[in-house]
Order: sequence, then C-alpha cells, then structure tokens
Amino acid sequence: MKNRHLLGLVLALALTGLAVFGYKVMVLGFPMAPEQVADTWTIEAAVSFDGGPGSVRATLFVPTLMPGYALLEENFISRGFGFSTQLAPGGREAEWTVRRAPGRQVLYYRAVVYRDALRRGEDTAPEFPPPPVLDEPFATAMRVLVDDARERSADSVSLAAALIRRLNEPVPDQNAELFRSSARTDTELAQTISTLLAGARIPARVVRGVLLQDQARDAAIVPWLELYDGNEWVFLNPRTGERNLPPNYLAWWRGARPLLHVEGGSNAAVNLSVRRNPVDAMLLAEGRADQRGSRLVEFSPLALPVQTQAVYSFLLLIPVGALVIGILRNVIGFKTFGTFMPVLIALAFKETQLLAGLILFTLIVSLGLLVRFYLEHLRLLLVPRLSAVLIVVVLLMLAVSILAHRLGFETGLSVALFPMVILAMTIERMSIVWEERGAGEAIQQGLGSLAVASLAYLVMGITLVQHLVFVFPELLLLILAAMLLLGRYTGYRLLELRRFRAFADDRSRS
Amino acid sequence: MMTLWRQLRRQGVLGLNARNGEFILPTNDRRHYPLVDDKLRTKALASQAGMPVPELYGVIETEHDIGRLGVMLEPYETFVIKPAQGSGGDGIIVVVGRTRRRELTFRQVSGALITLADLQHHVSNMLNGQFSLGGHPDRAMVEYCVGFDPVFENISHEGVPDIRVIVYRGVPVMAMVRLPTRQSGGKANLHQGAVGAGVDMPTGRTLSGVIGNEVIDEHPDTGMPIAGIAVPQWDVILASSARAADITGLGYLGVDMVLDRKHGPLMLELNARPGLNIQLANRRGLRLRLEQVDRALAGRGDVTARVAFAREHFAHEPQG
Repeated sequence: MKNRHLLGLVLALALTGLAVFGYKVMVLGFPMAPEQVADTWTIEAAVSFDGGPGSVRATLFVPTLMPGYALLEENFISRGFGFSTQLAPGGREAEWTVRRAPGRQVLYYRAVVYRDALRRGEDTAPEFPPPPVLDEPFATAMRVLVDDARERSADSVSLAAALIRRLNEPVPDQNAELFRSSARTDTELAQTISTLLAGARIPARVVRGVLLQDQARDAAIVPWLELYDGNEWVFLNPRTGERNLPPNYLAWWRGARPLLHVEGGSNAAVNLSVRRNPVDAMLLAEGRADQRGSRLVEFSPLALPVQTQAVYSFLLLIPVGALVIGILRNVIGFKTFGTFMPVLIALAFKETQLLAGLILFTLIVSLGLLVRFYLEHLRLLLVPRLSAVLIVVVLLMLAVSILAHRLGFETGLSVALFPMVILAMTIERMSIVWEERGAGEAIQQGLGSLAVASLAYLVMGITLVQHLVFVFPELLLLILAAMLLLGRYTGYRLLELRRFRAFADDRSRS
Repeated sequence: MMTLWRQLRRQGVLGLNARNGEFILPTNDRRHYPLVDDKLRTKALASQAGMPVPELYGVIETEHDIGRLGVMLEPYETFVIKPAQGSGGDGIIVVVGRTRRRELTFRQVSGALITLADLQHHVSNMLNGQFSLGGHPDRAMVEYCVGFDPVFENISHEGVPDIRVIVYRGVPVMAMVRLPTRQSGGKANLHQGAVGAGVDMPTGRTLSGVIGNEVIDEHPDTGMPIAGIAVPQWDVILASSARAADITGLGYLGVDMVLDRKHGPLMLELNARPGLNIQLANRRGLRLRLEQVDRALAGRGDVTARVAFAREHFAHEPQG
C-alpha cells in the first residue's frame, strides 16, 4: 500500500519532469547540449521603384509556407506608406500603398527563418485541375507527351518525372521541342510542366524560392515543381525530374505571378539578399517559445535577471550533488562529516578547481585542527570555542589568500569561497572524533568526506549536467523521484558486503 | 560480489538501510525516542517499573552546578559520569579511585589520572552538548559504578563488560556480551575495539566473538577462550529486556545491561538505533529472527510468554 503510493508519486514526478523536458526539447527545440549553435537566415527583399504622378500600390509576395523552415521574425520597413498583408492565391502578399511618391522609392522586407524539420508543406488536398485548353499543334503534342509518359510510369510522380526527362533531353523530339522552344527560363519550363501535368489531371504548381547560401546578394529565384500525388505534396526538380527538395531551399511563393507588382510606378526591381546568422540555440528556442505563446520560458530560470541566473546555475547543481551523496552514503556506504558538507565543499571546488581546492581544504582544516587542539587546553565553553575556531578559520583563509597573492598563485584567492562555518564545524567534529575514536578514524572520515566531495565536484562539473539542470529545471523532479526511491532502498550498502563478509564462509565453520 | 550479496541475503543479514527502512521506521514511533535518548528519563522510567538500574548519585544541569561537583563526588570512591543524551558511549568517564596530591585527582578505569579541574571542563563540554546527538544542550549524570561480576574477568581487559539484547516487538531476538579490550580503553563499545561475543538465547552461553569485523575465539589481551561461559541470571536479563520494550513502547530496541556483583543485572541504557555488529558476534542474520517474530505476532503475549518464545526459537544451531 505504502509502496504503491510511493511508486505512484515517483512515477508522477518522473513523468511530469520528462513530459516538460520532452516538450521543451522536441517542440521548442531547447538544445540538449551546451553552447549549441543554430543557424538562422536573414533574407532581405529590397523593393525599389520610381514613383509616378499618382498613387502607388506595390505588392510583394512574402513567405508563408516554407517546408523545412519556420519564421522567427519579420519586419516591413517603409516610410510614409500605408501597409497591410493579406493572403492571396500563391501565398501571402505585403501591400504598400501611398497617394504620392515622387522619386526613387525603396522598401524593405526582412525575414529571419530557421531550420525546423518538423515544418511540412501544405497538406490540404487540391481539386483536380481542369484540362488546359490549348491551340493546335500544342494540344496534340501534349496528348502525345502525356500518353507516352503515362505508359512509362506507375504513378503520378513517376509520370511527372518521365515528362520532365522528356522535355529536358539534350536533343528533344519534335513534340517536346514544341514546348521547349516556348519556355526559355527555368520558371517558364516549370510552368509548362505544370500545364502538361494538368493535361494528365495531376494537380501541380510552380514553387519559387531562394537557396539559402551565406552572403548571397542578388539571390536568384529558383523555381521548383510541386505536385500532389493523392496523398501529399511532393517536390520535383524541374530539370531532372528527381523527387527532392534541396535542404537549403526556402519556398517563397507559388504560381506564375511575379514576386513584385507595382501599380503607378516604373522601373520596379526587387533584390533578394541572404545572410546566415549563427545564433545561440538557446536564444532561438526562447524566440520559438515566445512565438508559440508558450509561457514555459517565462517561468524558467531564463526569465530571471542575469545575476540571479548565475546564482541559480549554481544552486540548481546542489540537488545533483545531493543525489551523488545519497547514492554514495546509502548505496555504497561512505561515511562523511556532516550530511551535506561534501556538497558545499564541492561547490567551493568549482571555483578553486579540484587540486587547488583539495590542497587548500586540507591546509585550512589541518591548521584549524592544530588551533583547536591548542584551544582544548584552555578549557573553553563550547559555543565560544566554536566561534574561536570560526574566527581562526577566517583569519587562516585571509592569510592563505594574501600569501598566495604575494607569491603569485591566483588560485589561492579563491579560498574565500569555502563555506567557513562548515569548515569550522568540520574542524570541531573532526577534533572530537580524533579524541574519542583516535586519529585513524578521524583522518579516515576526513578523507572519506574529501573523496565524496571530489566525486560530487566531478559530477557537478560536467558541463552537460550544468546545462541540463539550468535549462531544464524540471529534471530536478526526476532527481526528486530518484531520491524518493532511494529513501525506500533497503538492500545492502556495498561496503556492508565487506563488513559482513564473515558470513560468506559461515556454512563451513559452524 | 553478487554471490556475496546473495549469501548475506540467504542468511538474513540485516543491512543499515533495511534496519532503518523496514524495522525502525515502521515500529519505532519518533515520539518515544526522547525516552531512550535521555538516559535520565530512561532511568526514571525503569525505576518506576521496578527494574533495577545503577543508583543515580546526582545530576549536573548548569554551569553553576559544576562548581559543586567536588562536593557532590565527596562520598563516593567510584562513580561514572556520563552525558544524559550521549551516544555510542562517547564522553563517559569511569572513575575507580582517587588520590589527593597537590590537587584532587581521580583515577580512571584505564589507569589514567584526571584532575577535578579537567573533570569539570569535561562536564562543561557535556552540558554544552559536545557529546549529545545534534549538539543539544545536555545534562551530566553521576551514577553508581558497577562492580562487575567476575564471570567475565578472564575475558575482558579493565572496564565493564556489558550485555546487549536486541528486542523486537517485545521479544528478545539476539544478544551479545561486549568485552572491553586494551584497544577499546576499557569501554564496551564495538566500534572502539571491544570484543563482541554472541550468546545462545536458550542457554545464555557465550559463543565465539568478533573484533571489528573479524571472528576470534580468544580474547586478544587475556588469551582465554571466549565461548562457553554461562551468563548468570540469564532469565532475569531476558525478562528485563522484554520489559524494557513495554515501558518505552519501542518496537525495535537495543537494551544494555551490566552484571553487578551485588545487585545482579542492572539496566544501563536503551538504544532506539542499535548497531548491527551483533550479527557478526552471533554470526547469524537478524532478519530471519525478526521475520519469525512478525509471523508469530508474539509481541502480544506477556513477558514470560515472549521470553519463552525467544528461548524456544532462537537457539544457536548450526545453519543448514
């Protein structure tokens, strides 16, 4: 009964922790490892035109459906223009309007996108397109091409591939040539293919986008072919018929219409530039959480002032140290001075580094012990004696710092980070154990404490551990669950096996 | 290692985690702890119940009282000073004589001399909680120094041998005799180097012993065989142990008794978290016996019935 209650609690804690952790990793994309860099891409469209005498209306397609990419932020920069965005066939349009705009006008659209493999293209099923109405000889040529392709294919994708290959042959036959000659550019070719596919009653359209390459000014618009295979939209290379989409392809808009359309102006031009910005994966994840309206980040240590964050990046490690201690004491069977003394020492080691920390700790405790033994002769009452040891510890720390600084060992300065009260208590307890149980026991327990502290330090020093508890404090629920389980662990401690080893050969003796 | 684990498991050896988690936590109500953690309260309780305890000579509660320590000790040649809430025998001073040279000096059982001033400082440390669990302010008690029964004379080195009985749900389940050695400085504490010798529950005869974790057959200082000595008044010891469980309400309890030459078995102190070395001394695991008590629900009977149960079931037989 009690066990079931405990198991339920442990399970609930662990699942809650894992669920929040999973959500933050899988959906919000919080990095599992520290100092991960994620790429974001800034795409800038500079729209320019000469304003005419009357009102001007400039419409620019802006990205909406970007398979493999997600929008982090976008800005529209213009001065004195009315501005709106709306959904249009083929994508989303930004529209700038102004009553009078003399001279050369420049407007900017800037978007920051990041790779998000979970983003899919559109998944709505389109209707079957009407067969295109073409003049002769195009209508007959189309029929021949489509029929030929259909014979050599199994489904709509392979039909489209066959069609594309036919049109792209180095020396096309006359039917293909007929269409080839009217399609000079890649875009026109893709457009033609989608028309032919409509003849085969296959929904297809041209996607236009840019290749995300670093420092691309004047990035070219690359057309791609998108067709619906009855299940989902698939991408085809309009030159080779291969079914793929380059991973750095950012779909911008769809259809035959141009990127920019200006009414009432002339010499319209649009220049696309692409820039890669490596960004701390953490920042990206925060932005993403923000965008999704997730309040998880607001209620995490990341929302605190930086100084407080630094404190918590420290404090959140204490449970990890406590877990190490719990295991070392209750499963292995180590003995230490004070339950959590080793964790605090380990925290201090984080600043001093291990070796220097061990030396400094041993130094202070040994000197403190000497003083404590001397004080014993003076027969002081307990509390003043403890205070005296504490004062001596502080003075010793100061002396070590000054001496180390003089000698140029800057690590000696970090001795100030040792928890002095804990040191004083350790000295007191060690001296009592020394007197009551002998030097051997005292030194053994002291070394045990140092060993445990070092181990806790090593575990708390793993950068991955530091990163995980700080970015995912919910993992502390897992540690809590582990602790609860440990609290019901009634098996042997490993060192007890040694202690009771006389039982091993007992059968033969008695 | 797993073989060792399984061997211990099969023989019912109780580990610390299991002792705490499976026996102490469920059966020892925390509110009963002060009764055993404070030896003065234990003593009062036992006296009320008519159980023999060492006579209390006096209690020192304040720094001011320390001044009259000399006067308090005046009538007694031998005495023991101990912290009321001490643990593990820490802080106990056994005085067996006095010399008056330049200043009043006492001779301890170990032969070391201690001046009254040193003694007063020691008592002051006791009051300040140096020896108590958690460093709480404490009281010092001065009591009768047991003139121990010569039965263990050959197998102990100075000091007072005592008898530890583990009582579970009112039933004495295991016992050992603790024999001081030179190494333990006259103290009967196993972790200080005393010998622990198991006791056969039905007969009260000693078995072989252990020092630390090592099994021995002879006392290291006297060289005499440890096994085969009949503990006098064994039935009284078992009955008192069973009674002790009743007066404290603790389900899992260690009872420490001494054999006094004049007064017979006296109860020294009780322990709510008795150590596990008794298993080594007896070379038997506690768990099997504890579970036997659980099954029999013997805790319900009166003292005689429970002692009878223990004598019937917990004989030290060769293990099969």
